[in-house]
Amino acid sequence: MSQRVPFPFSAIVGQDEMKLAILVAAVDPGIGGVLAFGDRGTGKSTAIRALAGLLPDIPVVEGCAYRCDPGDARALCDDCRARQARGPLRTRMAPVPVVDLPLGATEDRVVGALDIQRALANGEKAFEPGLLARANRGFLYIDEANLLEDHLVDLLLDVAASGENVVEREGLSIRHPARFVLVGSGNPEEGELRPQLLDRFGLSVEVRTPGDLPSRIEVIRRRDAYDRDPAGFAAQWGGAEAELRGRILAAREGLAQVAVPDTAYERAAQLCLSLGTDGLRGELTLIRTARALAALEGSAAVGDAELRRVAPPALRHRLRRNPLDEAVAGTRVERAVQELFGP
Amino acid sequence: MTTQGPDDPTPWAEAMQAAALLAIDPAGLGGASLRAMPGPVRDAWLALLRGLLPAGTPWRRVPLAVGDSRLLGGLDLTATLQSGRPVAERGLLAEADGGVLVLAMAERVTANTAAHLAMALDTGEAIAERDGLALRAPARLAVVALDEGLAPEEAPPAALLERLAFRLDLHAIAPREAEGEAPDVAAARARLPAVTAGDDILVALCGTALALGIGTLRAPVLALRAARAAAALAGRDAVTEDDAALAARLVLGPRALVLPAEAPAEEPGSEAEQPAPEPPPDPGEEDDLPDPQALQDMILAAAAAAVPAHLLDGLKLGEAARSRTPGKAGAQKASPRRGRPIGVRAGEPRGGARLALVETLRAAAPWQRLRRRSAAPIAARPGEDMPRRIEIRPGEDTPRRIEIRREDLRIRRFRQRSETATIFAVDASGSAALHRLGEAKGAVELLLADCYVRRDKVALLAFRGTGAELLLPPTSSLVRAKRSLAGLPGGGGTPVAAALDAALALADAVRRKGQTPLLVMLTDGRANVARDGAGGRARAEAEALEAARALRAARVACVLVDVSPRPAEAGRRLAAEMGAKYLALPYADAATLSRAVKAEAA
Repeated sequence: MSQRVPFPFSAIVGQDEMKLAILVAAVDPGIGGVLAFGDRGTGKSTAIRALAGLLPDIPVVEGCAYRCDPGDARALCDDCRARQARGPLRTRMAPVPVVDLPLGATEDRVVGALDIQRALANGEKAFEPGLLARANRGFLYIDEANLLEDHLVDLLLDVAASGENVVEREGLSIRHPARFVLVGSGNPEEGELRPQLLDRFGLSVEVRTPGDLPSRIEVIRRRDAYDRDPAGFAAQWGGAEAELRGRILAAREGLAQVAVPDTAYERAAQLCLSLGTDGLRGELTLIRTARALAALEGSAAVGDAELRRVAPPALRHRLRRNPLDEAVAGTRVERAVQELFGP
Repeated sequence: MTTQGPDDPTPWAEAMQAAALLAIDPAGLGGASLRAMPGPVRDAWLALLRGLLPAGTPWRRVPLAVGDSRLLGGLDLTATLQSGRPVAERGLLAEADGGVLVLAMAERVTANTAAHLAMALDTGEAIAERDGLALRAPARLAVVALDEGLAPEEAPPAALLERLAFRLDLHAIAPREAEGEAPDVAAARARLPAVTAGDDILVALCGTALALGIGTLRAPVLALRAARAAAALAGRDAVTEDDAALAARLVLGPRALVLPAEAPAEEPGSEAEQPAPEPPPDPGEEDDLPDPQALQDMILAAAAAAVPAHLLDGLKLGEAARSRTPGKAGAQKASPRRGRPIGVRAGEPRGGARLALVETLRAAAPWQRLRRRSAAPIAARPGEDMPRRIEIRPGEDTPRRIEIRREDLRIRRFRQRSETATIFAVDASGSAALHRLGEAKGAVELLLADCYVRRDKVALLAFRGTGAELLLPPTSSLVRAKRSLAGLPGGGGTPVAAALDAALALADAVRRKGQTPLLVMLTDGRANVARDGAGGRARAEAEALEAARALRAARVACVLVDVSPRPAEAGRRLAAEMGAKYLALPYADAATLSRAVKAEAA
């Protein structure tokens, strides 16, 4: 029995906020990553692994280790630039990479290293791309992100922020594009994430186990059906998956046309001001996420409705923490939203 | 400890049932956690399970100190050096594909190892990205975690336990009980794919899990699979309420966090004797099943009978069974290579430094061609600076060898900085108790807020009346701390000796995990309760000083904060005996306290 067929994204019961966050991040990768923190056994990993099956294929440069986008001349790697100088780039379609970062991954596998085979056999210096290269233009998923080694966390943050992986080791000097959406999951009971890392995630969702019996039963029912016949189950959900895929594609196309009126900027600024979030990253994420949501839902402009929906995931991890304040961050955001937008 | 009374299926019979179900669907059920000391009972269970599995099923033992490369697979160094190209080595996970992985001393396994196992259990694959290799191999397996923990906090990492269907406690089983006819599961294994479960069974299992306060959805999924295996074992093609009741008892009962309101917790024995009291089980007629509510009640009663006895103790403390699954437990436990690897540098492997072979090879690789050409003259040059050469000749016919010189050698660097675990021991006796405890709680949270940047830990111990109790096991999680600190007891006598003993035991446990304990004791030092709970100032004080000396002998760093309104001799004397720093803070507030502790920890 093969488990290779991923669980269909549309078949995930509930967890609307998490699904929404993942979808808007897929529409606009610039939002900057999703952090899903919460209870065990809530389908965090399932949702993110399901993403691989959902996203449509992308055009990539043939033979490029970094899957460069032939349509984006600025983001090409050095190899592709050289190729382009020789003639038009050859293109092929490839699935969007969703790369798992295993907890025990060593630094050389993450950033890439000297190709030991070619070095030993031929004595030549060649670069063997790592996980960051494989994740370019896709998603990098860290399960149990809060348990990751600190030096790897620092490295990931640096690359995620710059969109470029710079390798200076073993006599190699390489830089290549590494634009990816960082998706992290974890359980806060096992240790917290450092605030610096928190802030780098665009969206943060709190995942809870559904408390009501009907949705719990539905989860088990679907899981059971999937376990018994993965391929059949995936086929059954094929229609829903195709529709969702269509919506993502349409949203990507329409993203640029979504209008953001001045009032929306004002609202976002007011909200962040009243919550006292540091820096401007909160406002930027709020606007970008609201725009992606509008595109996903086919709205022409960002309005209060979109801002309201995206405010909790965009802001809850940017609040200053007062350890003695018992209120959950999400509640504080909702309170502020209600004060500003009315109930 | 509260006991549940004699259940009809003896613990061994239940353990045998679990083994049979596991043998029918190893990968689906994920495995079992076996809480028992090494001995004939545990061996008997393992032999039973092994005997139930088809001949030739992989059975691999994972040592506690297993390295990632052995677990996941990595570079086979010998073969790599011989052939001059990377040769992958299969890891234990891939080797155990289709079989069982036995995890020794699972209560001490690191969070990292647990995460790898969890991922393999989730995806059925072993995926490794290391040593310049990307390996992907099927690993559909079951994990048998041998849990030798004694204290409730000593348990395998929660991430792993969560994915194992069964939790068996074999402590109470005498060796002579541990025998019985092993069932024949070969037919059941063949039947399993065809076994169906009705919607009512599914609903009842979900409802039972919810009623027992089990949040995770993995539990009902595992229970459903167990029920299906039980039906297959009984030779049925559809799951009946008996199967579901068995699954609930084995899978859901031990996971319970609350006792169901309607289930009679105090007299579960009689309920468990007849898991199906009303309708006689009739596998032939599914239409005759009882109405959903009755079915669920029956399954719930079956599961409630298996609720662990110590859950009742936990509930009394208002912390449920949280302490059984300490959050980050394995992560900081001592590993053979202490500290965190922080990279590799050039240097020679002496004085305990470990050679980083792959990096050494990498450093040597670019020069091979050059060196081969000039190898002979260099080797011939005598003198102290003669380069150290390690020559590996793979065979007579291949002249190629890898030349490694001293300047290529790379050694691993580890960061030794061990975490600090601050243990607050708070005097909760007498009238000022609530205030003091409140301030200590504030200080704990302030320290945690600060130390979650440094990844340090905080624990809280309160003592009053006749003894000391652990309110918060060492944690770095604010979330967890807040939950545990919600209810605080206060009042009663001052059992200083018991508190110091408990603190020393905790400090020891902290040390065993490779952390540095720091004890902060908030008290007025006026002991008036002896170790055995009896009053009497003279004996209490003598015992307190004795316990204090033991603490000093163990070289635990201590701070004694004297919180009495007029700091007096008692506190000072206790501090001197403990070898503690003495701080008189009659009006200690949370902020002052956390500052003082931070100064001490630095």
